[in-house]
Amino acid sequence: MFGDFDTGVIFDNLHFLVEGMQTTLVLTLIAIGGGLILGTLLALARLSRFRALSFCAGGYVNFFRSMPLILVIFWFYFLVPHVVGRPVGGFYSVLVAFVMFEAAYYCEIMRAGIQSVRKGQIYAGQALGLSYAQNMRYVVLPQAFRNMVPILMTQAIILFQDTSLVYVVGIKDFLVSADLVANRENRILEMFTTVALVYFVICLSGSLLVKRLQRKFAR
Amino acid sequence: MNYNWDWGVLFREPYLDWLISGFLWTISVSLAAWILAFTLGSIVGIARTVDNDWARGIATCYVETFRNIPLLVQMFLWYFVFPELLPYDAGMWVKRELPMPEFTTAVVCLGLYTASRVAEQVRAGIEAIGQGQRNAGLAIGLTPAQVYRYVLLPVSYRIIIPPLTSEFLTIFKNSSVALTIGVLETTAQARQIEEYTFQGFEAFTAATLLYIVVTSVVMLLMKLIEGRVRIPGMISLGAK
Repeated sequence: MFGDFDTGVIFDNLHFLVEGMQTTLVLTLIAIGGGLILGTLLALARLSRFRALSFCAGGYVNFFRSMPLILVIFWFYFLVPHVVGRPVGGFYSVLVAFVMFEAAYYCEIMRAGIQSVRKGQIYAGQALGLSYAQNMRYVVLPQAFRNMVPILMTQAIILFQDTSLVYVVGIKDFLVSADLVANRENRILEMFTTVALVYFVICLSGSLLVKRLQRKFAR
Repeated sequence: MNYNWDWGVLFREPYLDWLISGFLWTISVSLAAWILAFTLGSIVGIARTVDNDWARGIATCYVETFRNIPLLVQMFLWYFVFPELLPYDAGMWVKRELPMPEFTTAVVCLGLYTASRVAEQVRAGIEAIGQGQRNAGLAIGLTPAQVYRYVLLPVSYRIIIPPLTSEFLTIFKNSSVALTIGVLETTAQARQIEEYTFQGFEAFTAATLLYIVVTSVVMLLMKLIEGRVRIPGMISLGAK
């Protein structure tokens, strides 16, 4: 019960937990960056006039979206060392898994965002003599990004939560660090409650921020 | 990449049995959790739209709490922490005598978590109908309960069939998180086959195919249902 709730164990292992949180954050940030880049390319491919290209991009997205993230993590944990030809360490395998997996979700968000830009804007760009790349770079994507900021941030919060799944291959993220402390000190109650609270506070602040942004963007 | 291909491993005993039993566990966890999520999610979602501050406040707290803690952490909370918080006897009962402890915990955790997401869809569906229909219902003398039963819910549930379908697919995929507390479902079995035989490629391909097949079947089925229950002339309601 909470009667013998020992906060000392949290402070004694604070540096350990902070290290774990750093891993979680690094993983989240790289996955967002990589996922965004790959996802944008995929979205452009999906909306392309070339049938083969849009078909492949669509296949990629549907493939990854019908798989559980844990299975994707297992896949890449197993596959990456085989492809590279030597052991690369779990962290890099997991990183690749997250980027590839998130790209499928970001692709769908980007596609909706690009389609939300009015056709007239694209025609105006073409009429000015912009090439396809220039039109995308200077006209379509900046507007699309602005429309998507709230959804992209919501996806980032989901991703931040999902990184806890690296538990299944034992990468020392926030949750695994807490789990290790919990088992070593036999303080499961304290550690898991702390983990839940920290995640809750971070994600709630994030989603409140998203709500404010949404109100600001809604005109 | 040197790798010894052996697709036969999937059809040898006991690995075939492992995959089949894993698949059945995935289906049972998903369906049981979905029943819980759909029921509770509907109640919470409706509570977020009613004209009562208390009901709305409690429902909002529920949604925010369950949405903002990672599913895996919630799984651990239910499995490891929850029995400790109960009175001694009840905690002992949960630890010792709960039937199928891993399965039950996974279903409860997954169900409560997904209920918060279903609630958001239900709320969005009701709000999409707009205040006019509600006022019209009240004006012709329906009680608030009747307004929900005969005016708002029949339309809103039709609007949210597509997002509810994807919530079901999410619960189906999220059932893999149950492996962390020892439910040997599809993903766990694939991993186990990999560890026993080193035939990871074959094992994970089998699991992937199972997930893809179920996803495709569910999407097809829900498309059919959506077409069957459509109210002519009300298709554009969701977009408003």
